[in-house]
Amino acid sequence: MQPLSPEAIVGSRITNQSLKRWLHSLPGVDKVGLEARAASLGTRSIKTSSKAWALDAAIKMMDLTTLEGMDTPERVKSLCLKALTPDPTDLDCPRPAAICVYGDMVKHAKKALGNSGIYVAAVATAFPSGRASVPVKLLDTKDAVKAGADEIDMVIDRGAFLSGNYLEVYKQIQAVKEACKRSDGSYAHLKVILETGELQTYDNIRRASYLAMLAGGDFIKTSTGKVTVNATIPITMLMLQAVRDWYDEHGVLIGVKPAGGIRTAKDAIKYLVVVKETAGEQWLTPDLFRFGASSLLNDVLMQRQKLKTGNYSGPDYVSVD
Amino acid sequence: MFEYAPAPESQALVNFKDSYGHFIDGKFLKPGKTYQTINPANEKVLADITYGTEKDVDLAVKAARHAYEKVWSKLPGAERGKYLYRIARIIQERARELAVAETLNNGKPIKETRDVDIPLVAAWFFYYAGWADKLDYAGLGPNPQALGVAAQVIPWNFPLMMLAWKIAPALAAGNTVVLKPAETTPLTALLFAEICQQAELPDGVVNIVTGFGDTGAALVGHKDVNKVAFTGSTEVGRIIARQVAGTNKKVTLELGGKAANIVFDDAPLDQAVEGIINGIFFNQGHVCCAGSRLLVQESIQDELLKKLQRRMESLRLGDPMDKNTDIGAINSKAQLKKIEALVKQGEKEGAERWSPACVIPKNGFYFAPTLMLGVSPANTVAREEIFGPVLSVMTFRTPQEAVTKANNTEFGLSAGIWTEKGSRILKLADQLNAGVVWANTFNQFDPTSPFGGFKESGYGREGGKQGLAAYLKGGY
Repeated sequence: MQPLSPEAIVGSRITNQSLKRWLHSLPGVDKVGLEARAASLGTRSIKTSSKAWALDAAIKMMDLTTLEGMDTPERVKSLCLKALTPDPTDLDCPRPAAICVYGDMVKHAKKALGNSGIYVAAVATAFPSGRASVPVKLLDTKDAVKAGADEIDMVIDRGAFLSGNYLEVYKQIQAVKEACKRSDGSYAHLKVILETGELQTYDNIRRASYLAMLAGGDFIKTSTGKVTVNATIPITMLMLQAVRDWYDEHGVLIGVKPAGGIRTAKDAIKYLVVVKETAGEQWLTPDLFRFGASSLLNDVLMQRQKLKTGNYSGPDYVSVD
Repeated sequence: MFEYAPAPESQALVNFKDSYGHFIDGKFLKPGKTYQTINPANEKVLADITYGTEKDVDLAVKAARHAYEKVWSKLPGAERGKYLYRIARIIQERARELAVAETLNNGKPIKETRDVDIPLVAAWFFYYAGWADKLDYAGLGPNPQALGVAAQVIPWNFPLMMLAWKIAPALAAGNTVVLKPAETTPLTALLFAEICQQAELPDGVVNIVTGFGDTGAALVGHKDVNKVAFTGSTEVGRIIARQVAGTNKKVTLELGGKAANIVFDDAPLDQAVEGIINGIFFNQGHVCCAGSRLLVQESIQDELLKKLQRRMESLRLGDPMDKNTDIGAINSKAQLKKIEALVKQGEKEGAERWSPACVIPKNGFYFAPTLMLGVSPANTVAREEIFGPVLSVMTFRTPQEAVTKANNTEFGLSAGIWTEKGSRILKLADQLNAGVVWANTFNQFDPTSPFGGFKESGYGREGGKQGLAAYLKGGY
């Protein structure tokens, strides 16, 4: 299937009017039903061999994250070293997919990770609020790409979205995508953060997902981790339905990244169950599913050790990052 | 890739005796002539069960009459309520054991007995416990009186839940009961008898007589029962209605159904798919109010069916004791044969049959989740209750056509409407001849809500304040 142009998908020239018509024609989301389905998948019992697979998969799909005002080059370096050797007692332990940092930390992360194959993702576009002028957002992006970022996590303009100015949101994503272009013509991978906690309704989240996919995002990501409500299972399920249907309709695979608030291995496994049973096994790869998390890794490591040795160790037996 | 390893619940949580006698007057009698009850998931024998005779029934009714006259009718409502609360709490304490027992004897998945059946059983007792000292407010005038001895015959699809629906309101209203569980699923009723002992319920207030249809007929026909409550097939319901005609016995019947699940083009599609799945594949479709006819607006048929079929591919059929099983075993060989015959007949009459690829276990009774496509309203699978995981798909063009087709059935137990338009829900709910109409959901049960049918789906209501009327003088 040849990917269609946005105009062909929307069925008209891209204007705010046509985007609104297209987005508002999507089927609604029933909150009660969506949350009930998410809760029922939460009761899946994942044991022994399937648990071992899921724990390793969770690590491989992880964007190990530090996004604090107090981040320092040393802190970023230490996190990178943790990613390179997550569990010194088990050298077979897989590595996270990427390290996720602010733009000015990209060069430090790149230096620490070398050619290990672990990507560096940078948040950009005036993360987390996105409240800056477009030129500033684009410069922010270009700066991170120039410093060597493999992936860019941008935020959408929620103000524009909530005021019904879909065209503005769309144009910004497209512009950021262009800003991801490297000098050799390749592109940094673009993750579009919807900040679902600020969009509030499931209908809005579905519309924002479609808008981000239309504008060329490679991934749709739930949250910055900086607002009250971050990733939840129902929200992630809804976004997985969106990418699944998008692939069905247009033959293009888009990834999903829940971020913020995923702290335990148990939670991570629930997410993987939702991926498997909503979008399908095809999405169970770091190319199409990521966890954005800062404290998840250690809990997964402890569960891994428990599975191997039969005993729970404790937080002192995994390194702080 | 991400295969789910077996996650079986422990069978050791429940300990069945080798054989069971009836539970009469607070005691288990010695087993009489017995038959075997099996686990339909693997056809292994679970216990020997007594085949109740007319004499056994008479003994049970006498015990119930005695308990009614001497003890139960003299107790203040608040005291009856205490017993019911106690039973409810013991059910919660023994919930895991009861869930395992129900799954072993019925074949339904452990996730359903654990998350739906047993919690609802406890909820029913808690709810009616609260009514026991408030009957003045049941809407039947001051101080309404109990009927006496209730004869209750229940089906195999929700064995313990149906017991709760029958026994909880009967006891709260001040009646004593003789209950006959279905022949294939007597075990949780017998565990419930143990719970009555544990709760120190006065002897004879609850009596359990096991057996087949003739045992039930003897119970329903006994001259000293004041009330007959039956849940089961319309066929047997008719026999019972004839049997009690001309007597003073009050009757409630909760019978078959052929519910329409109506999906409009503005429905929340992904949730509608979940509702369709829950409507027909919950409990292997052994649900009287199952949404067994899908009426989908023609303009979204292709899109909806594609989503539905994909979702069906993800259903996990197999060992009911595995915590990840979605579809368990059909309750009996007879039922399996009936489902097979009806589906074949449907095919012969022009419907196209579709099932996802799924491995059927060698032993036990299983039937793959099935769609019947291109079903005409005259097709057998559109008219007869299949009572299995088989969904007949039909289309409509306008809301009026949807109502006409939905109502075009001899049954009238339930219906579902899927649309984002609130006004349409209200209008259609009014026009559908069904006892329960679910909007943007399906198969939701709650003890506070009355449940019952129109037309050949029966009469009387169970649940809620309305459910008390069936067990009090002055009610219907």
